[in-house]
Amino acid sequence: MELIKKNPKLFQWLFLLIVFFFLCFAIEVPETYKFIRGQAEFIKDPNQSTYTLFGAEVRYYAFDVFWRLPPLLGWLPIWINDSLFFLMNEWMPMEFWNESTQSYKTRPLILQLTRNMTAFMTFLIELIREIMLGGVQTVVAFTSWDWIDANPWAKLPGLPWTIVAAGAVILGYNLSGKGLALFAGIVMIYISIFGQWKPSMQTLSFILVAAPLSFIFGLGLGIAAFKSKRVEKFLSPILLVMQTMPQYAVLVPAIVLFGVGDHAAVIITMVVAVPPMILLTLLGLRGIPPEIAEAGRMSGCNNWQLMFKVLIPTARRDILIGVNQVIMVCFSMAVISAFIGAKGLGFNLLLALNQLNIGLALEAGLCISLIAILLDKMSLAWANKQIDYFGNLTFFEQHKNGLFFAGAVLIGIILAYAGSFYFKEGFNYFFEVPHNKGISTADFWNRGVDWIWDTFFHTLKIFNTWLIVDVLQPMRAAYLRMPIVATFVLVMGAGYIIGGIRSAFVVGALTLFIALSPWWDRALVTTYMATFGVIISCTIGFTVGTLCFQNKYTTNFMLGVCDIFQTFPSFVYLIPVMMLFGVTDTSVLIAVVVYATIPATRYTIEGLRSVPAALHDAASMSGVTKIQRLMKIEFPLAFPHMMLGLNQTIVFALFMVIIGAFIGTEDLGQYILKALSDKKGAGIGLTLGLCVAFIGLVFDHLIRTWVGQRKKHLGID
Amino acid sequence: MTNAVIKCDSVYKIFGVNAKKMLQDANGNVDAKKFQDNGCIVGVNNASFEVLKGEMLVVMGLSGSGKSTLLRCISRLTDATSGKIFIEGQDLLLLNNKELIDLRRNKMGMVFQSFALLPHKTVLENIAFPLQIKGIEDQESINKAMDMVKLVGLDGRENYFPRELSGGQQQRVGIARSLAVEPDIWFLDEPFSALDPLIRKEMQDEFLRLQEKLQKTIMFITHDFDEALKLADRIAIMKDGIIEQLDTPANIVLNPATEYVRKFTQEVPREKVLKIEDIMEKPHNENLSDLKVLKNETIENVAEKILTQEKSVGVIDENNQIVGTVHPSKIINTVFGGKKNSD
Repeated sequence: MELIKKNPKLFQWLFLLIVFFFLCFAIEVPETYKFIRGQAEFIKDPNQSTYTLFGAEVRYYAFDVFWRLPPLLGWLPIWINDSLFFLMNEWMPMEFWNESTQSYKTRPLILQLTRNMTAFMTFLIELIREIMLGGVQTVVAFTSWDWIDANPWAKLPGLPWTIVAAGAVILGYNLSGKGLALFAGIVMIYISIFGQWKPSMQTLSFILVAAPLSFIFGLGLGIAAFKSKRVEKFLSPILLVMQTMPQYAVLVPAIVLFGVGDHAAVIITMVVAVPPMILLTLLGLRGIPPEIAEAGRMSGCNNWQLMFKVLIPTARRDILIGVNQVIMVCFSMAVISAFIGAKGLGFNLLLALNQLNIGLALEAGLCISLIAILLDKMSLAWANKQIDYFGNLTFFEQHKNGLFFAGAVLIGIILAYAGSFYFKEGFNYFFEVPHNKGISTADFWNRGVDWIWDTFFHTLKIFNTWLIVDVLQPMRAAYLRMPIVATFVLVMGAGYIIGGIRSAFVVGALTLFIALSPWWDRALVTTYMATFGVIISCTIGFTVGTLCFQNKYTTNFMLGVCDIFQTFPSFVYLIPVMMLFGVTDTSVLIAVVVYATIPATRYTIEGLRSVPAALHDAASMSGVTKIQRLMKIEFPLAFPHMMLGLNQTIVFALFMVIIGAFIGTEDLGQYILKALSDKKGAGIGLTLGLCVAFIGLVFDHLIRTWVGQRKKHLGID
Repeated sequence: MTNAVIKCDSVYKIFGVNAKKMLQDANGNVDAKKFQDNGCIVGVNNASFEVLKGEMLVVMGLSGSGKSTLLRCISRLTDATSGKIFIEGQDLLLLNNKELIDLRRNKMGMVFQSFALLPHKTVLENIAFPLQIKGIEDQESINKAMDMVKLVGLDGRENYFPRELSGGQQQRVGIARSLAVEPDIWFLDEPFSALDPLIRKEMQDEFLRLQEKLQKTIMFITHDFDEALKLADRIAIMKDGIIEQLDTPANIVLNPATEYVRKFTQEVPREKVLKIEDIMEKPHNENLSDLKVLKNETIENVAEKILTQEKSVGVIDENNQIVGTVHPSKIINTVFGGKKNSD
């Protein structure tokens, strides 16, 4: 009794769990219920019930409402599809001037707008791509195909790889010195001699369009939200959903709006990359002490100068994290958007994975990761670059970068020209190493995989079987065994205990959306996989983080490792696990664990770091041991921050689970993947995406509310 | 009036949604409490005063007394709710944005309590910043900034970043930055409050040295009464947005206008603040001792000499004319008699 009086919350939790389990055991599984695999749901079955709403017919297996709710939102995907179709094909037809036919043509407004956007994006991508690789598209954009046919000389020649590599080295040197120059050189040479030049440049051209555009839009909208409350209010719910929306899900409606190809990929990438940029811009600008802004004003800044010379540079730290995020998302999307026809390394990676050619996949993945790290480091160095006012420089010193580059261009061209005589087989290695003529280590890796399979097959199989049979299957069965009423009691009860009646309704409403969609069972599978991943990730992350924190060097080392791992596109994580475990659920879950451990570790370290030094001293003077200090001082104070890490871990885990659909899972992700190849998939994809986003938001809401209260309680902010 | 550089005429600053309307209804009679009940906070309540050319006005008050708000009204970092503010005869509140920026670029400089240096710029770039904002060429602004670096004694550290400097050094940068455009009017918002006592004293002396050289018109905000006494030509004491008293340090110590002001003056060592001229009597024909003292000596400096005398001591001005007398008992009364003297 004493215990309950001391911890009223403990009692509430206990009561909640008792009710939950009671409901679970009290409600029987209906006899007709079974987890339906594949597309069976869409086959007509006389046992199914139907209803029609907004002209859409929805079929489903009816159960007791205590067990499963009927899919009352089943019409939503169909309705979204029809609306999109109407918007694209019928809404607001207008007269538009058509350049090629020299006449007015009637076209729906949205269609015209999206076509214009795609044309613009295509132009940008092709421009960069052709500077790197050569081609005629850019010239065509200014003239016409007929003109090109008449003037076969008119095309961009493309740069020999030696010049691009030299340019990267000079840029690296200029930005931060020898280290970065060396790294840039190694990356470029690696790409070239391994025959990945063309896809790499294709990917790079995609990134060089998507990343700056995302940065500009994110920064602009962030500033707008900072300046106007109304803009912020409008943006905040969108930002919240976008944060937990899986990237896959955005692909599907984008196909409808923008078609397939690189341009669509750029637009989707922006949709995904802009929200974190907005959030971080806003966070940075909000964090500026008011006196800095006043100092700027008193120095005589106008609004423009104040924003771009004072506020944004002062908020640089957060904005740079935003840039880092943008780059990360861009590379991640560079792979994912291969699903909708983007060219480049991502396409090769997917192809290789599909053929189970782990070696090739590994090479492509390594290329993407290296370019990602290089761009990340360069953007960071660029932001930190200082101007030297005192150098009394000679003409040569002032223009040495330009001169070196001019020299590199000259030498590159001469080499390429000489190469065209030297290499007789039709490949000019000084111009571009063709895809199949580079050095390839694929065989080596593939043999390595084979060796691992031959040698460890037994061990791996035992582990795999044990995990699936003894852990995953029962866990999945337990999740699916939850009657819907019990789920609601658990979720809303947790909401009520943590944040009161309002929180209970928020999480209840989010859950209701999923429950009324036709994919509740799939959502349970997604949740089970994510939960499993999160539990393992957190255990590893918190342990590793805590251990590393005991020493300054290991702390910095670990943060560096997290930085690098974070830059890897999410898809890359699938490669090594497929090497080891093949195409199984285990592979997905291990990728989830690896990917989600990054934020768990990082936030643990940062949380522990945020404990004020004075408290360490105070604790030491009270004579605590190391363990006591950790348990009594550091953990309680770092806990709110660590919980934010948990939040991130959940989001990362959900993303990875969805991406894991590529390997073949049975959850929401699989349906998103299917929607991609479905003509009428847009509505389904979007609704599924919302379902995943809402799963994330339920946890997000609970954790944030709890952290907020805890912080208030501890008096830290 | 003619050489008043800053002139405030019933300035009010009230925070809150209905501030303007409530102020109109109150008809100049602002009751802070009544406003607070209606969700408004009174920052500055009916402030009227002038600052003359080359004068240093120190505004003293505890935190929340509205002194920083007053300063921000005069620099127009916030707009006053009502009242008029004149800068060199120009109505500040009528200036449009461009004119205001012009005024700040050429006439005003401001130093902040937390230094407010731009973290991404070096010492030199920080100081050159207002010049570059004005559109002055890089090289010229850098040269000018270098002069400022020397003026505040930071040479050799011009390429450091603010984070690499101590608090005192950072504030020197803040001072140099505010002086870079050679402003006529200099606002200092608790510039030394964030510094250690020893550094603070050093910076105060440095500040006096600079002011002797530059002769700016200054508004200086502080919560430290001793600092106010040390620096000020005149002191304004604020409480709850109202200026309780505005006078010379001596008059404030000798004749505190309200009970609130008196509390501050009680602990003040009078001999350090008051000058002989503040306590002298009219010259009379009573025979004087041979000792003569200058009228603008502080009591502290001459008390020992005067107390050795039995008769009154003659007070002379710079031209050696006798302008008054001081009896040794007056010194004792002033230094030890505290309260009796002050009414």
